[in-house]
Amino acid sequence: MTTPTELSEPAAPGSRAGHTAAARPRKPGRVRRLSKRDKVVLGIMVGIPTLVQLAFVWIPTLLSVLLSFTRWNGLALSDIRAAGLANYSYVFTDNPAFWPAVQHNILWLLFLAVIATPLGLLLAVLLDQQIRGSKIYQSIFFVPVMLSLALVGIIWQLFYQKDNGLLNFLLGTAGTPQAVDWFGNSSVNIWAALVAATWRHAGYVMILYLAGLKGVDASLKEAASLDGANATQTFFRIVFPAMAPINIVIVVITIIESLRAFDVVWVINKGTNGLELISALVITYLIGEGQSIGIGSAFAVILLVISLVPITIYLSRTFRKEKF
Amino acid sequence: MSIHEDRPANGTFRPGLDRRTLLKTLGVGAVGVAGIPLLAACTGGSGPGATPSASTSLTFGSGSSDDVPKAAYKAVTDAFTAKTKIKVTTNVVPHNDFQNKISTYLQGSPDDAFTWFAGYRMQYYAGKGLLAPIDDVWAKVGANYSDAMKKASTGPDGKMYFVPNYNYPWGFFYRKSVWAEKGYAVPTTFDALKTLCAKMKSDGLIPIEFADKDGWPAMGTFDYINMRLNGYQFHMDLTAHKESWDQKKVSDVFDTWKALLPYQNPAALGMTWQDAAINMGRKKSGMYLLGSFVTQQYTDKTILDDIDFFAFPEIAMEGQDAVEAPIDGLLLSKKGGNNQAARDFLAFMGTPEGQDAYAKVDPSNIATAKGADTSTFSPLTKKCAETIANAKSISQFFDRDALPAMANNVMIPALQGFIKDGTVDVKNLESQAKALYAAQ
Repeated sequence: MTTPTELSEPAAPGSRAGHTAAARPRKPGRVRRLSKRDKVVLGIMVGIPTLVQLAFVWIPTLLSVLLSFTRWNGLALSDIRAAGLANYSYVFTDNPAFWPAVQHNILWLLFLAVIATPLGLLLAVLLDQQIRGSKIYQSIFFVPVMLSLALVGIIWQLFYQKDNGLLNFLLGTAGTPQAVDWFGNSSVNIWAALVAATWRHAGYVMILYLAGLKGVDASLKEAASLDGANATQTFFRIVFPAMAPINIVIVVITIIESLRAFDVVWVINKGTNGLELISALVITYLIGEGQSIGIGSAFAVILLVISLVPITIYLSRTFRKEKF
Repeated sequence: MSIHEDRPANGTFRPGLDRRTLLKTLGVGAVGVAGIPLLAACTGGSGPGATPSASTSLTFGSGSSDDVPKAAYKAVTDAFTAKTKIKVTTNVVPHNDFQNKISTYLQGSPDDAFTWFAGYRMQYYAGKGLLAPIDDVWAKVGANYSDAMKKASTGPDGKMYFVPNYNYPWGFFYRKSVWAEKGYAVPTTFDALKTLCAKMKSDGLIPIEFADKDGWPAMGTFDYINMRLNGYQFHMDLTAHKESWDQKKVSDVFDTWKALLPYQNPAALGMTWQDAAINMGRKKSGMYLLGSFVTQQYTDKTILDDIDFFAFPEIAMEGQDAVEAPIDGLLLSKKGGNNQAARDFLAFMGTPEGQDAYAKVDPSNIATAKGADTSTFSPLTKKCAETIANAKSISQFFDRDALPAMANNVMIPALQGFIKDGTVDVKNLESQAKALYAAQ
């Protein structure tokens, strides 16, 4: 349990010592197991991913952490000045958008977990039945996942526009003072954004669960129905638990999606006026003309620390599982 | 020497060792520099000691990506090429990308000349040494410009950096037919404006059209009330953060604005300026405080001819002296400073000839050089041009005069919050301003 390297060791610790002792007299055998060429190949196969990982993940992460303690305009390197904790105090006390952003991220997580993910599961279960045109429905529900940011923006603009949008037209309020201002009203627009996010998330979850459902042994279901279980019982008692590995993936994806929620609010109004999200704040402060690298990095580090919690839980669970 | 040889050659040189210094090196016969073989290939016929080199091409980066301005700049480069035989290679970048990536752009391999704005947005990069000063160009074209234009083109070190192309005033736009029908008169004082608004409201109009989903249009209202209340210099000092936000003068601006808030379109936060312009075109609202680019939204000639304009009424000081009229024009990158052809191009932009070439294609803006052709101006454009010409001081709009981080990250949410519930925390504005200006 202590290190992942133990995972590849098939024998229990007790037998391991004996194995090593027994192996000693057959020394040439051990050498042949890993020839020089093998070592080189292994070295390259491990080394290149490690370098890529270092260059694109660890070094930028480390630099972000370091930059979050500096003031920098993003121009010459000589302009970097130490700032201590000033950026963090700006984030926590001065920036009026930070705490609303945290609340919105939590709301996002709850909404995805309670509405969007179960909806995806429902779609998957329905489409897993032998219905006509199942493949077509699958494609339709999966399309939102593949659409580009700009297109998503245009589509929802058509729905939500106050005077010319479809939604207000259907409600019969378009063009009247009673028309709901889906984007502009700061107590409504977060829900509008969440519906748009659900539209994407449910399709994603559906595809994953469809794969999971295909993987459930049909004989389990058969046995359940022979024992007199009805459809609901079969699903919740037999099928759903049998999909445990997929369930964990879904939980992680839901959490990660809610943390990196960004695109929908960005196309609406760049994450202001009731649509504040941490990731949108990171982008606001790191990219573009309003660049303020120290503060943006501080936002990014905070998001990283929050993300580490579910990731750590997930990883420790996975490794524990595989060991036994 | 063509552009194709020029760019890779520059790319392989070490930073700080540009072509100009290499030419000098060649001139005194110093041999052994790594770049010499490349240099020999690319200098061709030009003799030693040619500084700046007499090249026959330049690159031009343009953020004017919309159809009309794009075609207008093409007309300028074509006219320049026809006149001087200098080839211009234009790189058009979508304007949002161009603005957002300007820092990286200027530090990477920028084009020789590029489109940009006057104000803090220009001075900042000039101060960081990323632009080439063009005093020699101004010696040629300086007589074409007013003092206000010259002031707006000067960098923090007193050198000239910017060649203005066009500008456009902010003010109240309205449909003449609506006003004639209801018998409204142009207000010149703030009280008259409020009375007019109340009358419009009782007539069933939205008195002041307003849109702020994108955040920046509300800055125009803030700027005007601030300048009319506290003067032009206070606007400049506040945007440069020489004045504190946490003071009565600033909260007075918001208090004054509060009187107008009930008359501005209550749905502003969900609308873009285009939506609002359409509303006014449909005679749903009485007037609209925006830049003259609002007319781009009216393709119907009858509506376009029905649009008129008046300056923001006076409130407490300086009458109607200050006008918000952002200037767009050209800059020279540091690298472009070594290219005489690029200098010639900027000088061409500063002549009536160059500006006419632009204005012929894009007539919604106002040429800045004296002597530019005004005979084709519509009455509205003429009025706009007069307003700017008569202005004692010209501001550039909040997001061009202030630190971009302050304008984008602080002001936009603050103004949207103010529009929502009429409150703003000036203390918080000040503490945010302190943190952001300290980082520059």
